[in-house]
Amino acid sequence: MKNLFNSPSPFKPSPGMMVISYLILGFWSVVVLFPLYWLVITSFKLPIDVNDGPYYIPFVDFQPSLHAWKYILVDLGNDTLRPFFNTVVVGVVSSVIALVMGGSAAYALVRFQYRPRIGVIVTFLGCIALMIVAFNLGVPWPVAVIAGLVIFFLLWQTIGRRFKRALGNNDISFWLISQRMLPPVAVVIPIFIIFQQLSLLDTRTALVITYVAVNLPIVIWLLRDYFQNIPIELEECAAIDGASRYRIFWSIVLPLSVPGLVATFLFVLVFAWNEYLLALFLSRAHSQTMPLLIVAQNATRGPQWWYMSVLTLIMIGPVIIMAIFLERYIAKGLLVGAVKG
Amino acid sequence: MNVDGNTPDPVAQLSGYKDSQGPSSRVSRLGGWMEQASSSVFVMPAILVVLLLSIFPLVISLYLSLSRLKFVKGGFDINYVGFANYKKLLFGSEQRHFIGKMADISWIGWLILGAFVVLALFGLWRYSRGPFFTKMGLFWRTLTALIFTVIVWILVRTLNVEGLPGTMVNTLVFVFVGIAFQYSLGLILALLTTQNLPGRRFFRIIFLLPMMITPVGVGYMFRMLTDTGKGPFNPIWFAVGLGDFSWVDTAWGARIAVIISDTWQWTPFMFIVLLAALEGQALEPIEAALVDGASRWQIFWHITFPQILPVSTTVVLIRFIEAFKIIDLPHILTRGGPGIATESLTLHSFLAWRSLDLGGSAAVAYLLLILVTIFALAYVHLIRRRFAEGI
Repeated sequence: MKNLFNSPSPFKPSPGMMVISYLILGFWSVVVLFPLYWLVITSFKLPIDVNDGPYYIPFVDFQPSLHAWKYILVDLGNDTLRPFFNTVVVGVVSSVIALVMGGSAAYALVRFQYRPRIGVIVTFLGCIALMIVAFNLGVPWPVAVIAGLVIFFLLWQTIGRRFKRALGNNDISFWLISQRMLPPVAVVIPIFIIFQQLSLLDTRTALVITYVAVNLPIVIWLLRDYFQNIPIELEECAAIDGASRYRIFWSIVLPLSVPGLVATFLFVLVFAWNEYLLALFLSRAHSQTMPLLIVAQNATRGPQWWYMSVLTLIMIGPVIIMAIFLERYIAKGLLVGAVKG
Repeated sequence: MNVDGNTPDPVAQLSGYKDSQGPSSRVSRLGGWMEQASSSVFVMPAILVVLLLSIFPLVISLYLSLSRLKFVKGGFDINYVGFANYKKLLFGSEQRHFIGKMADISWIGWLILGAFVVLALFGLWRYSRGPFFTKMGLFWRTLTALIFTVIVWILVRTLNVEGLPGTMVNTLVFVFVGIAFQYSLGLILALLTTQNLPGRRFFRIIFLLPMMITPVGVGYMFRMLTDTGKGPFNPIWFAVGLGDFSWVDTAWGARIAVIISDTWQWTPFMFIVLLAALEGQALEPIEAALVDGASRWQIFWHITFPQILPVSTTVVLIRFIEAFKIIDLPHILTRGGPGIATESLTLHSFLAWRSLDLGGSAAVAYLLLILVTIFALAYVHLIRRRFAEGI
């Protein structure tokens, strides 16, 4: 791994090959950059310049104007700032929580032995079914939930212990990771109802909790394989010196896996930053995030391209700057997960 | 869920280290308890969150998909209707929306279907002769072959000239065509960028950018670009005679637009991981082959490609899982139209929810989940295992 970024391939490309390579790479750069260029110049266009037909070059084809930027940043002021602030808070907080929870779970799945008994799992599922039946018979939900948990606890302590068949670590990991296959649309309606019952709809808390749940599987997937590559001897030494589990995790494992953590954090942050569907269900005005604000510019008078461009630029600015600085970590962190995945 | 506290953990086993020395003071007893419980403390939060926000909602969704929900004064009415919602989607009035309009199979369709069946039978025959043969394996493989035959049968009937693809077929088209483009483009770009070219760091950063942009923004961006009247390619459309109508208004034009924007956004993901894999590969075999006078193509096909195959199967799997959930792009770019030509399954479910058909919405979501699971399991067992072994 040390050599990963400093080892150029042994090919010294021939001049002809170099020309072809630059042509293809240049072409793809144009493909990537042209839409972004169009976004930037649209944000400086007057509505009439957009509607009159394609104008390509500022100062030559059309006179750039700051009207859209002024409208979004000054006239709308707080109405732009609030969604931006929401996006930052929800993105960062949910990513940090997902990283802490997922990281510790991934570490535990690598270093501990778990043997969840099938009997316990079956009892647990049975209790959930019981709760739903009770709820349908008209029992208020807090009573149903508490009763279900109490019954589960009693059964767990008595009957559940008798079944000896157990699952292993790989089963838990597979189960956790397979949650990534879950289409958000399959769970969003019940989540909506849950937050409605807890009167958390249209709060940042609801979004943070949901994003943590959605992102946990990918965090566990990527970090589990990262932790597997950390030599166990270091941890043994620390254990002999009397360090607790928590200390070993905090002061040895985490510092050693910074590249993996950074890549995972960025991956998860970008997801939470850009998420649209769940935010659409779970927020209204108060916890509105940037993607929703961009869509809201699609007014009855037709889409307001200039405002959309400004908002999109404001939104992608921070992530692009981060991506440029952390580019090395992204590749490195994702690779380890992908090799072993 | 139950963590067996008696099983010694590997660290303690290896080092002979034991933490329970008989706690004397209250503090150390608490510490000892914390230490014993640490295995639960580490993993329980994640499991609880997933249980509460994935599994529990999933169970409720299942129930919703089996019922009809009516909004009445001051609340709602849930009636259990059995599999009615699913029946409607697969065989009933919603079939044209979900699967599409099925036309008679043309001779090309028969050819494709026949080729697939022959291929599947050949695969099963080879498996039953192979060294890894088990009865359960044969059973699962036969089941998979049957399911995929049905899917191919649906595909050749709806992707016909006379047929109309529904949301399920649309999603499959987006997933397969999109991933094929993303993978091949990502691989080509990664191969070119690993060469010893001046300025390759610049290209690497540029190529990474689209991945970071919100899909909503990408949708609007491509809506501007594909506009035949005021978009930047307007002169080109006029030159080829497309100027007076929007190509996004035709079914396949709209699908191509969605696939192009999806490819634009997700090629970077393939690119960045494949690039890291290429740069991490062992150089000795390549140097040896160069000394022996192998051509570049031979080196790529016999040395480089096998080395990056395991990584490739994983990135394709990740994209596979994510691509089935596509919604933002078709929703923004084409609004699922014209008609339902670009409506993906997630969008179908979302629109059903918006028209307050909660049961139908949940049923579509469940069918999507089943579809993803079938494809992911088949992919992992039939393709990925074979190539990723030995890693």
